Amino acid sequence: MNLDFSPEDIAFREEVRTFIEENYPEDIKGKHREELTKEQFLSWHQILGKKGWSVPSWPTQYGGTGWTPTQKYIWSEENARADTIMPLPFAVSMVGPVIYTFGSQEHKDRFLPGIVDGTTWWCQGFSEPGAGSDLAGLKTTAVRDGDEWVINGQKTWTTLGQHADWGFFLCRTNPDVKKQEGISFILVKMDTPGVEVRPIIMTDGGHEVNEVWLTDVRVPVDNLVGEENKGWTYAKFLLAHERTGIAGVARSKRGIERLREIASTEYDNGKPLIENPDFAEKISKLEIDLTALEFTELRGLAAVAAGKPPGPESSLLKIKGTEVQQRLTELTIEAVGNYAAPYFRGFPEEGGNRFPIGPDYAHHALPEYLNMRKTSIYGGSNEIQRNIIAKAVLGL
Amino acid sequence: MDFSFTEEQNMIRDSLSRLIKDQYDWETRNKVITSESGWRPEMWAQFAELGILMAPFSEEDGGLGGNAVDVMVVMEEFGKGLVVEPYVPSVVLGGGFLKHAGSTAQKENFLAPMMGGEVVLAFAYAEPTSRFNLNDVTTTARANGSNYVLNGQKSVVLGAPWATHLIVSARTSGDRFDDNGISLFIVPKDAAGISTRDYPTMDGYRASEVYFENVEVSGDDMIGAEGSALPLIEKVCDEGIAAISAEACGAMEIANADTLDYARQRKQFNVPIASFQVLQHRMVDMFIEQQQSMSMTYQVTLRLEEDEATRKKAASATKVQIGNSGRFIGQAATQIHGGMGVTDELRLGHYFKRLTLIDTQFGNVDYHLRRYANLAEGVVKAAAE
Repeated sequence: MNLDFSPEDIAFREEVRTFIEENYPEDIKGKHREELTKEQFLSWHQILGKKGWSVPSWPTQYGGTGWTPTQKYIWSEENARADTIMPLPFAVSMVGPVIYTFGSQEHKDRFLPGIVDGTTWWCQGFSEPGAGSDLAGLKTTAVRDGDEWVINGQKTWTTLGQHADWGFFLCRTNPDVKKQEGISFILVKMDTPGVEVRPIIMTDGGHEVNEVWLTDVRVPVDNLVGEENKGWTYAKFLLAHERTGIAGVARSKRGIERLREIASTEYDNGKPLIENPDFAEKISKLEIDLTALEFTELRGLAAVAAGKPPGPESSLLKIKGTEVQQRLTELTIEAVGNYAAPYFRGFPEEGGNRFPIGPDYAHHALPEYLNMRKTSIYGGSNEIQRNIIAKAVLGL
Repeated sequence: MDFSFTEEQNMIRDSLSRLIKDQYDWETRNKVITSESGWRPEMWAQFAELGILMAPFSEEDGGLGGNAVDVMVVMEEFGKGLVVEPYVPSVVLGGGFLKHAGSTAQKENFLAPMMGGEVVLAFAYAEPTSRFNLNDVTTTARANGSNYVLNGQKSVVLGAPWATHLIVSARTSGDRFDDNGISLFIVPKDAAGISTRDYPTMDGYRASEVYFENVEVSGDDMIGAEGSALPLIEKVCDEGIAAISAEACGAMEIANADTLDYARQRKQFNVPIASFQVLQHRMVDMFIEQQQSMSMTYQVTLRLEEDEATRKKAASATKVQIGNSGRFIGQAATQIHGGMGVTDELRLGHYFKRLTLIDTQFGNVDYHLRRYANLAEGVVKAAAE
């Protein structure tokens, strides 16, 4: 047992660091996700695709890198350090693994290259107004009509669906069996007639998620992934898959660094806020939680590398990871003080100077805090994650 | 990075686990901790035979060439069995001082026989008003020719009733809170002028108040250089933290397992109480705390040999985790056991007691959170300058 990096690992870190420095697009450097166009969003993904680094965790025959856990750790550390905008999970961590695990050869040939090279934007159609935590209660139907599925229903919380080329949808294909057993996993091109994407504006003022309305949407029967009525199995696979990264350890580490910088700049009683022992201890507590999470993730990666499949313990990473992320945004608001208040979205901007009031780091503090509330709700709420651990780990 | 155990470490775990299962069952332990002596020297001899007392020492020093990971493996098993024999006082602390700073003669006279089990060590450092501050030392060691004369009182010296020798921190110069001026001595417990009041502790161990009255010690029995022992004491106590953190993880594992079993068996409203979601989520949180504690124990164990600031931060962070998790698990386990949880009939209460006192040992959550914050803030300040 040791924490040492081998000379190969150190060389790899240099290689990654240099590659990011030399290739990360100038025009998105330091930008907030909110400010990016679709093309800007995909630009780093496409650069990584060319390099062969866009889907590190995939099996190598589909484009994976075959990196060791240590190399993956270095990869995420370096990206967090450079504050890069990583490829979105919907293609890389969700539909991609479902297709290469359960899809036909034709599906693999047709869809995987677009995910690897970052030319296809995928969105997720799982949740519905009446099916959130009880996802298997979904009502959107797909009815076979000749060579086509006819899809009707409404999906919601579809992240960045406004940019999507394709979506993967869970649809009820058999209403007469146990609810989990009548669901299928179907791919829909988003410009198919009958697909309508409507924005949902969130508390932070942003347009990140959407409703997707499906009215008599006709797609070829071939768009079914795997077997009919096995969609629930694929959805569970998808939600449990690739939990590495869900904990967001490297990003949170960078976030704590930034929080310390803010607390060293802000004043409290005439002294830097960081010298207020109460506040310093709050940061320390958070950092200790994060350290524990980091080592839990590393232990998990080591277990996977030793041949153990990623288990329901990954729910632990989701719970603790999101708690840390949320706490970080809470403390950031505390740190910025009064300048958390100014808010410009939707107001006329003067002279292109979008945020003229207060320090730069204060601009996104409150929107981030509001935005990050989603993390304990999405991907199976943290309560659902506890149910999963109770059932699958504790055997209750 | 590598999280795998060596074959030797796996062997230690297996044979120790078997030995504890065979000879450390619950009734036996209860008889032992309430007996006159409070421990079993013959058990200690078996541990010596198994090699665990020499596991973490270099081959040059006569050990097996292991390291802190071996200690972690041992202490996790000790935690599961609530083994009271003094592995931390004698091997981790006593052995630690001798390993890091002992002279050739001291290693020969004390470390080698400690590994064989004939010499048993205890570390006398805390004082009635020092709380957790390692630099708050009022016990004095006055030079007298080539000898020193010790005067003062040490409190709650774990394992002292079973010890043959004490390692004592004492002030050779400076004032009460000075970092400089603290020295370490190894003295036979039966030296003239040493008296003790021995007592059982709430978690089944034995400890002593130790009084030094004009105790003459030879200068040869000073460990390390005069007046500069504090960094060494901090290092060895951090190693102690790693060890009792592993012990805590073992204890948490049993507390959680017992709670799960109980909740599955216990019926109320005609159903097992394990079917209640509010209790399921509580037990999930107990599982998470245990996992995070294990992760932190790996963390500190693997960082003990890094630079001083990294090591101290790792130890304090871990102690905060262990203290909070131990309290959460202990209290939640007791709660889910209901009335049975507060009786002395179940072993659970003993795990709760041990977890509670582990928080106090080597400094509690508040102490280590402050220590961590000061270290982390120091890094920020240094970067700014």
